[in-house]
Amino acid sequence: MIKISNLSKHFILHNQNSAVIPVMDQAEFSVAEGECVALVGQSGAGKSTLMRMIYGNYLAQNGAIWVGETNVVGATAREIIDLRRKTLGYVSQFLRVVPRVPTRDVVAEPLLALGEEQTKARRKAEELLSLLNIPEHLWDLSPTTFSGGEQQRVNIARGFVYDYPALLLDEPTASLDVKNRSIVLGLVESAKARGAAIIGIFHDEAARDQVCDRVIDVTQYTPKAA
Amino acid sequence: MMTDCPLLDVRSVTKMYGRRIGCSSVSFDLWPGEVMGIVGESGSGKSTLLNCLAGHIEVDQGQVFFDTRSEGMKDTLLMSEPERRMLSRTDWAFVHQHARDGLRMSVSAGGNVGERLMAVGARHYGNIRNEAIDWLGRVEIHHSRIDDRPTAFSGGMQQRLQIARNLVTGPRLVFMDEPTGGLDVSVQARLLDLLRSLVREMGLSAIIVTHDLAVVRLLADRLMVMKDGYVVESGLTDQVLDDPQHAYTQLLVSSVLQV
Repeated sequence: MIKISNLSKHFILHNQNSAVIPVMDQAEFSVAEGECVALVGQSGAGKSTLMRMIYGNYLAQNGAIWVGETNVVGATAREIIDLRRKTLGYVSQFLRVVPRVPTRDVVAEPLLALGEEQTKARRKAEELLSLLNIPEHLWDLSPTTFSGGEQQRVNIARGFVYDYPALLLDEPTASLDVKNRSIVLGLVESAKARGAAIIGIFHDEAARDQVCDRVIDVTQYTPKAA
Repeated sequence: MMTDCPLLDVRSVTKMYGRRIGCSSVSFDLWPGEVMGIVGESGSGKSTLLNCLAGHIEVDQGQVFFDTRSEGMKDTLLMSEPERRMLSRTDWAFVHQHARDGLRMSVSAGGNVGERLMAVGARHYGNIRNEAIDWLGRVEIHHSRIDDRPTAFSGGMQQRLQIARNLVTGPRLVFMDEPTGGLDVSVQARLLDLLRSLVREMGLSAIIVTHDLAVVRLLADRLMVMKDGYVVESGLTDQVLDDPQHAYTQLLVSSVLQV
């Protein structure tokens, strides 16, 4: 489902003496349907960078990132928009939403964008919100004022409201209590069971061992200092 | 959802003010349902470009093809004046930065909305009034204000009224020039929410000129960065903002104050 080959990236900081910072060198791996793969490596090794490149958020200089039928490297903006809508979900660590939009609609949005009917989309959003223990009296409020853990769960609900064939999870269990952590891991497991290809960053080792089939150490792709 | 024909196809549009560049060889396409943001500092040519595209100012060079309902792709710059005027009343809409430029200040709120309907042939007073009430509701203006003039409205309300007036005819392409400029942040948020849901529900495409990067991040799928009349960078909005490639975009993004 996800196939990465010969992937390299550097940043050029034009306003700081055009400093060139290499961050990724010849990354190469693939993730099959129904498989969950963990990215590991110390802070700064490039786990999040790699994930952002797969999502099309960072540009790659070289190589290929196939997600289903799309090569993210060199894809047009329109192709990536389509890929994100139908194929590739991303649960980031930060919730970025239009202020004032009720939580229920924030979660339902991926379905609405696919043309799902509003009442159905909202019902599905409500199911996930109650599964993730977001109290019902908060559903009509904007999540911008929620606690860190609540925002995290809203983000997760948004990522699982639609059955994406491929999913990127950036620390999905960080800042969650034991009960919610096991609910999230349950969601990951059922996504695997329905055949989703998943790439995750988990600092929580027990969680990683529970849901991940393989571990990829990204330090092998970290460019060696010249 | 992937249609094979863009709604708008812009090819090397150039506008000179004497020997000074307004905008130079700008090309891009816009697909149905897409929102494109254009950012840049004052004088970068973003408003010039918007006005060129909307046919408000004359273009020196280039083509602007629009997927018309009856004849398919057609260069709007070669259209006759009546034809272009019809287009800007039906399939196109233009939301000005200052609501008073887009509203008739001496006509009631309901009249402002109804007028655009009448321009496309609506004649039944009751229907027009009901439609106007419906649209005032959608932009969150209470129906009791339908007979008030926009001069009695706050800035944010005027802007919402302008949007209602523009969208009542169900346009497919909306041009917006700093639609949230000059509004309080709380009013801005409300307007952003409104614009986002209208874009989604009506499936319309929009081109939004703004200098506010937070606004484009939330509203636009794609982004063009302009400097001195040239497009220096374009791409997916979050990619351009999070991994800017051009020196100027890097400067622009790193200059934003963190809240």
